[in-house]
Amino acid sequence: MSLLSLAQDFLAAAQPATPVADTIGTGETVAFWILGPLSLAGALGMLFARNAVHSALWLVLTMLSLGVMYMVQQAPFLGFVQIIVYTGAIMMLFLFVLMLVGRDSSDSIVEVLRGQRLAAAVLGVGFAGLIVGSLAQAFTRVDSVGLAAVNSSGGGNVANIGTALFTKYLFVFELTSALLITAAVGAMVLAYSDKHGKGLKKTQRELVEERFKGDRPGSLPGPGVFATANSVATPALLPDGSVAEESLSALIESTAKERLADDVAEVSGTAHQADAHALTGPAPSKEGDK
Amino acid sequence: MTPTYYLLLSALLFSLGAVGVLVRRNAIVVFMCVELMLNAVNLTLVTFSRMYGELDGQVMAFFVMVVAAAEVVVGLTIIMSIFRTRRSASVDDSNLLKY
Repeated sequence: MSLLSLAQDFLAAAQPATPVADTIGTGETVAFWILGPLSLAGALGMLFARNAVHSALWLVLTMLSLGVMYMVQQAPFLGFVQIIVYTGAIMMLFLFVLMLVGRDSSDSIVEVLRGQRLAAAVLGVGFAGLIVGSLAQAFTRVDSVGLAAVNSSGGGNVANIGTALFTKYLFVFELTSALLITAAVGAMVLAYSDKHGKGLKKTQRELVEERFKGDRPGSLPGPGVFATANSVATPALLPDGSVAEESLSALIESTAKERLADDVAEVSGTAHQADAHALTGPAPSKEGDK
Repeated sequence: MTPTYYLLLSALLFSLGAVGVLVRRNAIVVFMCVELMLNAVNLTLVTFSRMYGELDGQVMAFFVMVVAAAEVVVGLTIIMSIFRTRRSASVDDSNLLKY
């Protein structure tokens, strides 16, 4: 027996003896040609949206289309898990974190590495061409068996997946529990911020001791004491009429010394005289009063 | 139409996700692109399961979903803690890991 005939025998044995025809009906074809472009549009929208929230919503569209596609492809359990877990839980987690972190942080236009975008686009197109070409070459003559026989036996799709999970894949399934609890604990450790922990926030006693050890145990003079206005911008005046420097607000830098000269002169008694316009400014001249 | 069309679609989705990882600067969007690649691989697994006539592919896709959920939780927390210290979610700004 030659090697060639051996290979032919092997190939014949690999094919099922009575191939179950996996017919793709018109309904599935229509569904594919609706859902496929939708998922591609979602992926492209995610790629090109400037706003990160828009990216997340485009990705939700892609994931929903994929979920429906799973159901069409005789995997109803995975289809529902896709919709519940991916679009329901994971994408909402993404949106929560986006709202917390950087909703307004749009991508920078600046290219850090020169020509990186062009190189990435070329690489993407080349990669897509390579995979699409090889897949189309490799799978055109493969007969699809279909899941109709498997899904109709032994209690249906969900029961069969459950059986596989708890018999053949039991150890892997148990490993995922370790993975999940590690992820949960890791997330709690990473996200925990010790803002109100002991020793980080100063107690009242520590604050008082710090103050009395400093150079000024008393309180700072409030603004506007002995002044003609109660604005924060008006500084307190000392008994000799000079401006108390401590009362000047560090935040209000518009209190120039020149603007305070009138107040100082009035309080210190060196002003010319009190007139009816002392508080509103100098009296208007006759020429300007029309 | 054959199930191969699903494989071609998932190849295109995977490439788009890869380009997104390379191009986008926002760490969360990069993460979403990774999710898109995982989803594309899931579609491949489901299609293979259908072509082969066994449920193993669907079980593998299920495990991919579990791992993706764990990965998203940890990854998003890392992004958040980086954001707390650097006040930025851009991958260009985290060029130092310790400070």
